[in-house]
Amino acid sequence: MSDFNVLNTRAPRVDAHDKVTGKAKYTDDLSVAGMLFGAILHSSLAHARILKIDTSKAEKLPGVKAVITHLDTPGIVFGVSPARYDEQILASDRVRYIGDEIAAVAAVSPDIARRALDLIEVEFEELPLILDAQAALAEDAPQLHDRYKRNIVQEVHWHFGDVEAARSQADIIRTDELTSKMQDAAFLEPQAALASCDGRGYLTMYSSTQAPHYIQRTLAMALNLPLHKVRVVKPAVGGGFGPKASCSSMELITCLLAIKTGAPVKTVFDREEVFLHSRARHQFYHKMTTGVKKDGSLVFLEHECTLDGGAYCSFGIATVYYAGSLLGGPYRLANMKYDGYRVVTNKPACGAQRGHGAVIARACFEVQLDRIAEELKMDPVELRLKNVREAGETTCNELYLSSFGMKEALEAVRDSSVWKSKRVSNRPRGKGIGAACGFFVSGAGYPIYQSKTHHATVVTRVAETGGGVIVESGAADIGQGSDTMLAMITAEALGIPLSDVKVHSGDSDLSVDLGAYSSRTTLMAGWAAKEAAEDAKRQILEVIASKTGAKLDDLDIKAGFVTCKTEDFNIEEIRHDHRLEHRGFRGVALSGPLTFAEASRFAFHERGSIVGTGSYKPPVLGGSFKGATVGTSPAFGCSAQVAEVTVDLETGEVTVDKITGAHDCGFAINRTQVEGQMQGSIQMGMGEALMEEIKYDEAGRIVNATLAEYKMPTAMDMPPLEAIIIESHEPNGPYGAKEVGEGAIMPTIPAILNAIYDATGVRINELPVTPERIREALKKRG
Amino acid sequence: MKKIISLTVNGSPHELAVAPNRTLVDILRYDLGLTGSKKGCGIGDCGACTVLLDGLPVFSCLVLAVEADGHDVLTIEGVSDGPNLHPLQQAFVEQGAIQCGFCTPGMVLNALALLNGNSDPSEAEIRRALSGNLCRCTGYQKIVEAVKVAAKTMSASTVRE
Ligand code: FES
Ligand code: FES
Repeated sequence: MSDFNVLNTRAPRVDAHDKVTGKAKYTDDLSVAGMLFGAILHSSLAHARILKIDTSKAEKLPGVKAVITHLDTPGIVFGVSPARYDEQILASDRVRYIGDEIAAVAAVSPDIARRALDLIEVEFEELPLILDAQAALAEDAPQLHDRYKRNIVQEVHWHFGDVEAARSQADIIRTDELTSKMQDAAFLEPQAALASCDGRGYLTMYSSTQAPHYIQRTLAMALNLPLHKVRVVKPAVGGGFGPKASCSSMELITCLLAIKTGAPVKTVFDREEVFLHSRARHQFYHKMTTGVKKDGSLVFLEHECTLDGGAYCSFGIATVYYAGSLLGGPYRLANMKYDGYRVVTNKPACGAQRGHGAVIARACFEVQLDRIAEELKMDPVELRLKNVREAGETTCNELYLSSFGMKEALEAVRDSSVWKSKRVSNRPRGKGIGAACGFFVSGAGYPIYQSKTHHATVVTRVAETGGGVIVESGAADIGQGSDTMLAMITAEALGIPLSDVKVHSGDSDLSVDLGAYSSRTTLMAGWAAKEAAEDAKRQILEVIASKTGAKLDDLDIKAGFVTCKTEDFNIEEIRHDHRLEHRGFRGVALSGPLTFAEASRFAFHERGSIVGTGSYKPPVLGGSFKGATVGTSPAFGCSAQVAEVTVDLETGEVTVDKITGAHDCGFAINRTQVEGQMQGSIQMGMGEALMEEIKYDEAGRIVNATLAEYKMPTAMDMPPLEAIIIESHEPNGPYGAKEVGEGAIMPTIPAILNAIYDATGVRINELPVTPERIREALKKRG
Repeated sequence: MKKIISLTVNGSPHELAVAPNRTLVDILRYDLGLTGSKKGCGIGDCGACTVLLDGLPVFSCLVLAVEADGHDVLTIEGVSDGPNLHPLQQAFVEQGAIQCGFCTPGMVLNALALLNGNSDPSEAEIRRALSGNLCRCTGYQKIVEAVKVAAKTMSASTVRE
């Protein structure tokens, strides 16, 4: 029997009923009286100087209420990292990708707004294009931004241990490469925002965001408003996966239009705009040289990476650091060198996407481990088991593993997939099986802006009428289920049924919470929720203790009742008062133990409002080297997967037959949702491995900016997914919980690639591994 | 020129004046306030806008409002029986088939059409039926499981009746 009443169960999500009946409101589902509609004019050229913008015709179109250009946003720059603010809300003199924002309109209907865009005349002078990273780095390449010499936004040079000295200890040294393509996060809900400004200058924006707090800050900074007068509210959000974590021009434009017109304004992206705005996965070029001893122990890793990040920095600084830092785990590796370059090109800007920065790096390394195993004639799972770290160890780049079920995860997928009997030399033609591991942060150790801020706070307001609580949090449920997590932790910590907890969240007026990114919410907001609930509980029990004379230590709340260890717990007066003020109510307790409804109402009588508060701030983390902050985390998740595939050796078609995954989430707050995060991660990883790729023409235009042409897995493509939960009990997480939302994507790509090699005997070093690429490789091998 | 159309939505008759280029999803969402039908692409690629037109699943972003004249539309708002969830909705809730929920209305309606025509679909039939409805959150696993569970409960309840 579990010690918990609520946690570790399969309780349905708190928002499931609303979502399954169509009642849940997403941003575009909201409308208010007098609302105008925003639309944005995007650049049709990938690189050009703007000579002239003429909005006069658009302004005259009946129904148009405002047209704005850079003249309405003089001198404003913004972005993600304060050290790299390089975006304008509306371009003044230069556009850098097809999609860059030039002007915007507010009109009485979406139709009129779009028609007005057609009337805006822009004169350009075309500039030379840079469409790939190598061209961007060339000596004589045109420069996209004056400040980024050689088009490099950020470079990283790390050296831990001593790679040169280690080289001589290695028996085998291999160099391998892997490149990927830009991807799209392809969340189902296109971005939308609805902004309004009241007569006192208070701005409210509803937005399909992952990070109300960061958006609030960016709006306040860019629009020069006091922070407390800017409110960002996140209604239901249809997925984010990273790109919705940064403030977009569209959000800023919507606010500007609302301020300028004095009317509420709603802007909704169409699907093409989602692709153009991107801020999704970078394009990576990895080269890794790894040395191992004959017995399989890893000696060193030398790693070079170039990231094509499109036109602006966005999250790029963090991305290039993440691409290096997370290879320090999950294995024992004492010597590691990393050189990373994040460059700009004339393509939509890339940002953070599930497994930020680390996904393709992990794929490259895990594929290389399989090649090493082959050279050593070792089983690839054995090779990994030989090298995995355990809890209590610290990686060479000073990441401390306070809990770590890597070995357990690997053994679980090996056993559950019956690895040993399938990994035999006489398996049927075209059948293959592959394994890989993964490693990820459970919450970034530092905020995006330099600050000593708390990362999450939660206020638990005990209903003054008694009986339930309201949890107030800025945390952003974007589908991953954080509202349910907050409700479950609160119910458990307070000792009341889940049904008596109501969650208000995703609102910057309620609390500071850095948002849904870096797999941080369960650990951080969950911690704050636990603290807030315990605080509220203590306050209620203090009142009960002083009234009844019971000792505080003897009192507890469980399953909605106050319990006392001693027999002489006299609740008669509390019960009497409660009954008196509830004449006519049904279900009022007449006998039996003191209910939470009685106790909490009584506490209000005695003390007034009972409000529990909680907050989370990570301890000081990380080494002293430059960039040491990125990759730090209060805890690390890890996972292993086994993929089984069938490859048609004629057509090159890959069918994934099954994926068995195990993830160490510390402790599953909700078992169904942990599995759901794993399964969704695998789906995204599988798409990236086999089909997803943003394609450009030579003008820098995306040629597959639709959900039909941007191929991603459908229900028919997805195999059965087995999700195994590993619980290593993380000391720094609430009830031992840590991340699952992103770490679970890490092993998917390499497990599939390793399985394809097992099936075909050919290695493909370019993602996605399409049938054409497989056919080509098979042909080359002959 | 607007045209007057009359259609039945979730059992209630409506008469509307619509421009000839307006789509069914837009009039459902923006004229009738039935925002349960989602718009993920507007061009027939994602399935989020799926509704049943005379019992058959259609992408309502590809249907002109005037084409729905005289027809019967079922949206997600009409699937439950008052406060009581349909067994299929119940299964989605209990099996964890919902994450962000943006694909959910379309998935439910498409699955409902499947189960109305086939009370005991195989896993492959379920996956094929839902292959036009994209979901980016769930890996489809729990959605497929929910449809299987619903098929069982629905046929058990018909047997009882
Ligand atoms: S909105 Fe109709 S199919 Fe995507
Ligand atoms: S639950 Fe998010 S798209 Fe399906």
